[in-house]
Amino acid sequence: MSDITKQSLTELVENIKNKKLSSTDVTKAFIDRSEKSEKLNAYITNDFTSALDKAKKFDQKPNLDLKLPGIPMAVKDLFCTKDIKTTAGSKILNNFVPTYESTVTENIWNEGAILLGKLNCDEFAMGSSNETSFFGNVQSPIDKNLVPGGSSGGSASAVAGQLTPVTIGTDTGGSIRQPASFTGIVGLKPTYGSCSRYGIVAFASSLDQAGPMAQNVKDCALLHEVISSYDPKDSTSIDFKRNHYSKELTNNIKGKKIGIPKEYRVDGMPKEIEDLWQKGIQYIKDCGAETIDISLPNTSYALPTYYIVAPAEASSNLARYDGVKYGFRAKGENLIDMYEKTRSEGFGAEVQRRIMIGTYVLSSGYYDAYYLKAQKVRKLIKNDFDEAYKKVDAILTPSTPSSAFKIGEKTNDPVSMYLNDIFTVPVNLAGLPGISIPAGHDAKGYPLGLQIIGKAFDEQNILNIAYAMEEKINFKNKITDWWIK
Amino acid sequence: MSKKDSEYLINRKDNQYEVVIGLEVHAQVLSESKLFSTSATKFGAEPNTQVSLVDAAFPGMLPVINEFCVKQAIKTGIGLNAKINKRSVFDRKNYFYADLPQGYQISQFKDPIVGEGKVILDMPNGQKEVGIERLHLEQDAGKSIHDLDPQNTFVDLNRSGVALMEIVSKPDLRSPDEVNAYIKKLRSIMRYLGTCDGNMQEGSLRADVNVSVRLKGSKEFGTRCEIKNVNSIKFMQMAIEYEANRQVDLIEEGKTIDQETRLFDTKKNETRSMRSKEDAHDYRYFPDPDLLPLEVSEKFIEELKNDIPELPDDKKKRFIEEFKLSSYEANILVSDIDTAKYFEEVVAKMGKNKDIKLAVNWITGELFAVLNSKGLEISQSPVSAKNFAILINLIKNGTISGKIAKTVFELMIDGDKDPQKIVEEKGLKQQSDPKALEALIDKIINDNREKAIEYKQGKEKLFGFFVGQAMKASGGKANPQLINEILKKKL
Repeated sequence: MSDITKQSLTELVENIKNKKLSSTDVTKAFIDRSEKSEKLNAYITNDFTSALDKAKKFDQKPNLDLKLPGIPMAVKDLFCTKDIKTTAGSKILNNFVPTYESTVTENIWNEGAILLGKLNCDEFAMGSSNETSFFGNVQSPIDKNLVPGGSSGGSASAVAGQLTPVTIGTDTGGSIRQPASFTGIVGLKPTYGSCSRYGIVAFASSLDQAGPMAQNVKDCALLHEVISSYDPKDSTSIDFKRNHYSKELTNNIKGKKIGIPKEYRVDGMPKEIEDLWQKGIQYIKDCGAETIDISLPNTSYALPTYYIVAPAEASSNLARYDGVKYGFRAKGENLIDMYEKTRSEGFGAEVQRRIMIGTYVLSSGYYDAYYLKAQKVRKLIKNDFDEAYKKVDAILTPSTPSSAFKIGEKTNDPVSMYLNDIFTVPVNLAGLPGISIPAGHDAKGYPLGLQIIGKAFDEQNILNIAYAMEEKINFKNKITDWWIK
Repeated sequence: MSKKDSEYLINRKDNQYEVVIGLEVHAQVLSESKLFSTSATKFGAEPNTQVSLVDAAFPGMLPVINEFCVKQAIKTGIGLNAKINKRSVFDRKNYFYADLPQGYQISQFKDPIVGEGKVILDMPNGQKEVGIERLHLEQDAGKSIHDLDPQNTFVDLNRSGVALMEIVSKPDLRSPDEVNAYIKKLRSIMRYLGTCDGNMQEGSLRADVNVSVRLKGSKEFGTRCEIKNVNSIKFMQMAIEYEANRQVDLIEEGKTIDQETRLFDTKKNETRSMRSKEDAHDYRYFPDPDLLPLEVSEKFIEELKNDIPELPDDKKKRFIEEFKLSSYEANILVSDIDTAKYFEEVVAKMGKNKDIKLAVNWITGELFAVLNSKGLEISQSPVSAKNFAILINLIKNGTISGKIAKTVFELMIDGDKDPQKIVEEKGLKQQSDPKALEALIDKIINDNREKAIEYKQGKEKLFGFFVGQAMKASGGKANPQLINEILKKKL
């Protein structure tokens, strides 16, 4: 049974379609491994019993035309799932059970997948290490006491640790790509508007995107194909022609022009990251593509811009968690007292910090200096990319400025924590697609990722580049199962 | 424009003060569903039965603009002779309250859907133009109910998310009477357009009133106070009256007026401070990232323009020209769309040989009196326009006298009866046979010889006596004109 969980999504789908495996076999295997993996703390809520029932039901009358026939899958606990508790990693939603399903998860179940459970994440997706979750840290399968990254830390840990064949996360400033990079897996942040935000607990509406996380690029393409859809229930969803990303996947990237932005060579970046990048450039060339030095001059403003825009939107998005309608409510003397107690007790420190930053930058007298200016800079950052794409088809950068760090190492230093997102946030600010693929290891043997940034709606192109590079890199994740007794 | 003697001024010793008023009218968009969700908007439904996940702000729920509400706002803008903005932006107005589920209201702050426009008021001493600053779309909040339980407040979210148009006037109004006329005009225009039912009892139309005062002749505005959420014209007028006098008193005492938000206490007939400028909320407006800017094409606007019915100002002009009505009469008929509709139907049903003046007098006289006494709207009139037209024609062609017509009208009210039938059944047809009337009058003169002689000697007042006797003798059915003629001849 153990080899089932080692199989890629593509292999599992094939084996179920060929009837070499049943959905029950596969579901059981992932449940067994998940149950042995409590130490990772990847799950907030499991739905194993009903997952097995669904698998058995699927096997009785299998529809093998589906894209994810009987495939069990755990998802980040930021996606609202009907009748299954959805917490967003927060105490304030600790008792919240939606009566509705997010569009993205609906798409997944419609293609035959089965929900295993809800995966841990930073509270309201605010964090880069999964340490802000009300439900505790997530351990990385890579090493004991190592963070899996965040905010989709539970998702990354679950895929790397083989507790789920693939998963979906959300990415507001790097929350898919950074944990993917830290755990040696593939993570795609799609173009803004590609995946519906309906039913996803909002962090920063103009930046949030759901995306796939997988063992390899092909699995990632397949899952992206399932989740990306035009949705009239999300006014920012975009009606464009979507590819059959997995079918159209090719490793032929000959003649493609890949930009290398000099501004991503930041002060204090470890040499091993620079080396990895150079290796990546070589792989690109080995694939028959061309690299071109480019400039994205406003890159250094991306992080401060992000840390104004995202908290501003969050401060407003999180106003609805007030104890009045659903979720946690503290007792209070009166309405204001109830609000204050509910929100002080219900939100963790990082969420409160961001609500305060957001409230501040939107306040009258500060709005122009912060929020409005940030919006202008955001436009400049987007212009940088537009300019670059006149010359190149995609851009190659490191995914993160360092490899994974130890749990607790950065909890008291929010700025150093925020710096983790330095290479990923410009992509969200510009609304572009970006993919992180594992590309090597650091001296400690921890995975390192490379990021490929594409033009808007050009997911196929970056998936192809990633697919071609993946073959050359031939990355092997060093999973020792250290957490399994 | 306005004559000096009719100016609304507040007098104190040697000083005369002018009152400056601007209104922010909140008009509920006439729409089956809410501004950003598909929930129903029926008034008076059981609490929390018209609430969607979006209205209750559940996690991950997103607003989707209701195109119909956008059309309604644009139509209203056209009705206000206003500039329609092809690009407008929805902003979030952030504040906490138990009946505001999202923790913010989606409104339009910097870029409203409708820009500057104007409304013409018909005042007793002439027309007055009132500038419109803007019209924007926004969500209504829910309702907090504090008096059902001693410990708890209940919240009804039926109204949460209902579309409102906030119509902001320029500070062009100068008296409670002008405010009355302005609100009625707005209401009239929106009812013509079908964009707001204007029902103030149900809260479909309410207003925040900005009041300031200044010495007559001064060009500068005084410090204003905003009186929140007044829901009847009468209360608006009372609030303005009180507030203007309060401000004048402060100035006269050498004190300053604080810019603040005030509430009108309808029981005590006074305004009370609600919060000062310092305590004013910082709403932290910013563009709602869940919604793209609202863009409408020229074609979209043009199509709506073609859809605009004849509005009160145009209708009035036409009534004056086509039916030779006075401006006063036309005003009465056009101010309410249903009155205009009724009148036009009566005109149509009267056919060729019609007496429009007579119809107008009967509508504004007898019909209005009946509606008033029964507390009915004209749309609920117990007498249909068709039967009303027949009645007017019966008077016009001499079948019945005006006096008999009143009796017939009384009988018509019960069950919208055909006046022709009433006249026939009750034998109320006017006596217009000169021979019969002559005989009748001969008898009266004979019976009252002395009075006839007195009349001939110059006591002309007695003519009325003979008319009365003749009418009495005919059971009121005699044609009064003929009676007059015959009497003159015989006496």
